Amino acid sequence: MLDLTFEPPKPKVIQGAQSDWELVIGLEVHAQVSSKAKLFSGASTAFGAEPNSNVAFVDSAMPGMLPVINEFCVAQAVRTGLGLKAEINLTSAFDRKNYFYPDLPQGYQISQLYHPIVGEGEVLVEMGPGVARLVRIERIHLEQDAGKSIHDMDPAMSFVDLNRTGVALMEIVSRPDIRGPEEAAAYVVKLRQILRYLGTCDGNMQNGNLRADVNVSICQPGAYERYQETQDFSHLGTRCEIKNMNSMRFIQQAIEHEARRQIAIVEGGGKVDQETRLYDPDKGETRSMRSKEEAHDYRYFPCPDLLPLEIEQGWVDDIAADLPELPDAKKARLMELGLTDYDASVLTAEKEDADYFEEVAAGRDAKLSANWVINELFGRLKQDEKSTAESPITAAQLGGIVDLIKAETISGKIAKDLFEIVYTEGGDPAQVVEERGMKQVTDTGAIEAALDEIIAANPAQVEKAKVNPKLAGWFVGQVMKATGGKANPKAVNQLVAQKLNG
Amino acid sequence: MSIDDKTAAHVAKLARIKVEEDALPALAQEFNNILGFIEQLNEVDVEGVEPMVSVTPMRLKRRADEVTDGGMPERILANAPDAREGFFAVPKVVE
Repeated sequence: MLDLTFEPPKPKVIQGAQSDWELVIGLEVHAQVSSKAKLFSGASTAFGAEPNSNVAFVDSAMPGMLPVINEFCVAQAVRTGLGLKAEINLTSAFDRKNYFYPDLPQGYQISQLYHPIVGEGEVLVEMGPGVARLVRIERIHLEQDAGKSIHDMDPAMSFVDLNRTGVALMEIVSRPDIRGPEEAAAYVVKLRQILRYLGTCDGNMQNGNLRADVNVSICQPGAYERYQETQDFSHLGTRCEIKNMNSMRFIQQAIEHEARRQIAIVEGGGKVDQETRLYDPDKGETRSMRSKEEAHDYRYFPCPDLLPLEIEQGWVDDIAADLPELPDAKKARLMELGLTDYDASVLTAEKEDADYFEEVAAGRDAKLSANWVINELFGRLKQDEKSTAESPITAAQLGGIVDLIKAETISGKIAKDLFEIVYTEGGDPAQVVEERGMKQVTDTGAIEAALDEIIAANPAQVEKAKVNPKLAGWFVGQVMKATGGKANPKAVNQLVAQKLNG
Repeated sequence: MSIDDKTAAHVAKLARIKVEEDALPALAQEFNNILGFIEQLNEVDVEGVEPMVSVTPMRLKRRADEVTDGGMPERILANAPDAREGFFAVPKVVE
């Protein structure tokens, strides 16, 4: 298995007017399960459909309709649990969380309060080479998403679309192990990466398919360590929950603002109220959602429409056997091939990038392949705002270019020209080199002839170079220019050194 | 545990059921009767007894992940007091 040794990152410290303060953060991430149909109905989960067209009578809570669970959604939750090294509960159960809102036609959300399907797990959040936080996962439960209210289409009315009502969500609850805004964002990035590798959530934050509620409290330095020793929450401050954030930047900003608000209250002799707040990115502040407070009395009870969910160990084992290689393992493996921590992180950020790289590097120099994928390909794709999947140059083509460099058929400089040709026009790299005469000149006779000409034409430079060897570079440049960049740089360097010293 | 008028009013509000002021004492009494019965059940020793969730041994029924429903917005909206442009239209709710 993985042997990752790391130091925990330093907690973020905010200087108050009176003392230093540390932050304690826990996240509840809502991840929409990737599935075709909803959790308890056969309606589609497709995004962007005509309003209320992906709705079954179960979703609109017509009297007499009963929920029937989508087994694939259960498998996705189990897969996610296994990916987070969590215990899988072979028996779980559904409860009703009761509240009224126009986008919740049932008047309750079916969720799993008392017996979630997934128990304790962990996520390794890297904050730099050798620095990482192991964030404990408390639980993951399955629940229904709510519909969508649109408030800006009419001055007096809100419009409700139930297409999202009943889509399966996984609520992934962390322990309060996160110690700063950057760590919180990095945790969400890592979780998103794992979910995308697993194929259990597409991680699209813009569409709201991944969103986070952030719990923030402040404490004096040292208090958090006492909490970790005893797991006694009384060592920590009162927390506030900031609801529904769907961008890494907002998560960081909201935490920072919320922490400063709490510090000001406590240092002013006041007390932080435990409450739900909303982040307003325009004003850069969090504000209380007072309306939520009374509704907080959810009167959970076991859902009488659903028997307990019992799954079999064999079924779980089958899912486990089928898990893909996950980011941490993939990264470690790439580093064993000789890649730097940074390169391995870049290449494994997205599974499709890693797959592309591995195809290029198969049977080739890993470091050289990584340079070409990261610096040339990713740089070029970024210019065109294309994803790796849309790359006009295939892994086989890029591999061909790497082969030509490795065999010293072309120079690194010519290789860049070749890359551009293959990228824009296509074609087999070896053939392009042949047809366009891009082969590197390794014939020392031809290089020598060009060099002799340059030496003969520039006697003054020769004298200067004899005194100052650094000027040899000028001759190398001239030879490269004279040969259209095709001269083998190693051969040129050698010859220039010989001639000038001789 | 005893339910007073104030708690009865709170429960009614959470359930969005309108209860007139003068009906609260009777409602509170009903709650107390129910809770009294539950307290009586609490006297039964159920140590080590699995909670029974069904009288017939049954496994939770599953469905396959296939789209088999939907595509009927007009039927979904048929009973809506107000619907516009394919949406349910409700009195404005803003956080």
